[in-house]
Amino acid sequence: MAILITETTPVIVQGMSGRIGAFHAADMIKHGTNVVGGVTPGKGGSTHLDRPLFNTVREAVAATGAEASLVFVPPPFAADAIMEAADAGIRTAVCVTDGIPAQDMMRVKRFLRRYPEARKMRLIGPNCAGVISPGRGFMGIMPPHIYMPGRVGIVGRSGTLGYEAASQMKALGIGVSTSVGIGGDPINGSSFRDILELFEADPETDAIMMIGEIGGPQEAEAAAFARDHMSKPVVAYIAGLSAPKGRKMGHAGAIISAFGESAQEKVEILAAAGITVAPNPSAMGETMARVLEQRKAA
Amino acid sequence: MDIHEYQAKEILARFGVPVPRGGLAYSPEQAGYRARELGGSAWVVKAQVHSGGRGAAGGVKLCRSEAEVQEFASTLFGKQLVTKQTDANGKGVYRLWVEAASDIAREIYLGFVLDRKSERIMIVASGHGGMEIEDLAEEDPDSLVRMTIDPAVGLCPFQARELAFKLGLDGGQVAQMVTILTACYRAYRDLDAMMVEINPLVVTGTGDLVALDAKMSFDTNALFRQQQVAELRDRSQEDPRESTAGDHGLSYVGLDGDIGCIINGAGLAMATMDMIKLAGGEPANFLDIGGGASPERVVRAFRTVLTDGGVSVILVNIFAGINRCDWVAEGVVQAYREVGLTIPVVVRLAGTNVEEGNRIIAESGLPLITADTLADAAAKAVAARPRQAA
Repeated sequence: MAILITETTPVIVQGMSGRIGAFHAADMIKHGTNVVGGVTPGKGGSTHLDRPLFNTVREAVAATGAEASLVFVPPPFAADAIMEAADAGIRTAVCVTDGIPAQDMMRVKRFLRRYPEARKMRLIGPNCAGVISPGRGFMGIMPPHIYMPGRVGIVGRSGTLGYEAASQMKALGIGVSTSVGIGGDPINGSSFRDILELFEADPETDAIMMIGEIGGPQEAEAAAFARDHMSKPVVAYIAGLSAPKGRKMGHAGAIISAFGESAQEKVEILAAAGITVAPNPSAMGETMARVLEQRKAA
Repeated sequence: MDIHEYQAKEILARFGVPVPRGGLAYSPEQAGYRARELGGSAWVVKAQVHSGGRGAAGGVKLCRSEAEVQEFASTLFGKQLVTKQTDANGKGVYRLWVEAASDIAREIYLGFVLDRKSERIMIVASGHGGMEIEDLAEEDPDSLVRMTIDPAVGLCPFQARELAFKLGLDGGQVAQMVTILTACYRAYRDLDAMMVEINPLVVTGTGDLVALDAKMSFDTNALFRQQQVAELRDRSQEDPRESTAGDHGLSYVGLDGDIGCIINGAGLAMATMDMIKLAGGEPANFLDIGGGASPERVVRAFRTVLTDGGVSVILVNIFAGINRCDWVAEGVVQAYREVGLTIPVVVRLAGTNVEEGNRIIAESGLPLITADTLADAAAKAVAARPRQAA
């Protein structure tokens, strides 16, 4: 059933009446996403894109049965919007917002732990392109037409590099079950490991393309998880081999500040865990094709 | 965002960290005056630049007379201080901090950072101060003490005591250390810092703890609610290309190569730089034009890349999602005409409105080199470079 979103998932958009929120919500509806409403405090009772607007997420959930929320709220208010979604019983929230203060995210992560596992919300992002299950639905800002439906999962920090991987695979006839952008911030909702776990359990995913970059401990953690708990093959690429130490490369999280955070070190850690690492970013598709071929032959 | 040592000391002192008495100087005469004002017979004169390693680079000196203070100050003002943390151009010295010299019995390292693994603020400390943390981690990793702070309850006194005892402090020093740790944590939390470092924190001859040096950096994403911190920004310490680019919504980092890069998305930008390197070239910069880039922003990106006189080719690589290839193509054509480009430009477009974008490029009649894939684009950019003299 892919992961995180399908054509039946009822989705609300927090910030749907804003300019950017409205633009992407319209695109989501056009591509079959089951958008059931929006939340804009103070605009409850009106409609937008033929969908009802609510003042609070709690009202939206009660009236529509929404299970997922796309958060399109400006940085100063985004953390609060995420926590509101968690408290209202949303199961999956995707936050696209770029520029949320790190300490706000620290608070969000602490807040999410308040809930028992059974009703704990999964957060994807912030500062990410979103989640798409091609041909079924998406929550985010990606161009849906570049994805071909299929059986390979993609998880990456970078949006555009995820597009690059999807298009390379499409050119080779390889489709995507779900593509997940986990975002470029130092503290994010879901890690590579979290998403790998979902893909491992998804009967519609055969293999995973994981796209990491310099900075942070998450690729190493994912490598250990893949080695110990996964039966499906993982292909990886790590961006930033040419990045100098101590300089931030665009993403707030893309900075080499500790041992094991350079691209070369991450490549070695992944390879040691049995993950096939694409030698360069234009070989992501062909490396996946080769790994799938070997699987079939075995 | 980084601030100067003296600013960090002022902030930390406000939260309760003991710091030596000192004064700021904008001229050698003022430096001499500060020394006289402070009194005593020994002063430390410190160049205020946004970089560590100032001592080894000749930016810090212990002076024993007012004349010596003035003389050293006059050698520093206007100088570009090159430390092992700066690039070859160094950072300009426009402010000096003159401080009463301290009597040092022992040096401690103390740092507060954001730990990405635990997603909490972490204290890193060592009984061996005075060295850079990187060197400490390499040469004496066992001396490092780490402790994470639960954001829901903050730093607990028992944690602070535990840390003080681990560092071998005793008696009244433990209470002083608890005060210092609590003050640093509050400053970090209340002001949205990303890093607080006191190195060294010294134990003086009389057994008191004093912050001899201090460094703070702040979360740029939180500056909207930290107006007082935002005002401490010193543009003279930034690469002018990077800060000007930032003002226009572009994320730019200058590098050493000659292939100028204009790309959307940080990940794709890094990947393109990797690809250039693999094809035998060197990127001149990292540049992310961001999402929803207008033709004007693309023109601005060209101007930014060209401020680096060493650029001999420009590579534009756009995989548009939230962006539009037609807007980017219009920007490229506009830049070519307005900026008067004389160097080769390679353009690779993909994603939203790609057909329209490619049509604009094709119909422009300009000598733009087009590429279909990432690999193709990197190879063509490297091949388009003028042949280097042997």
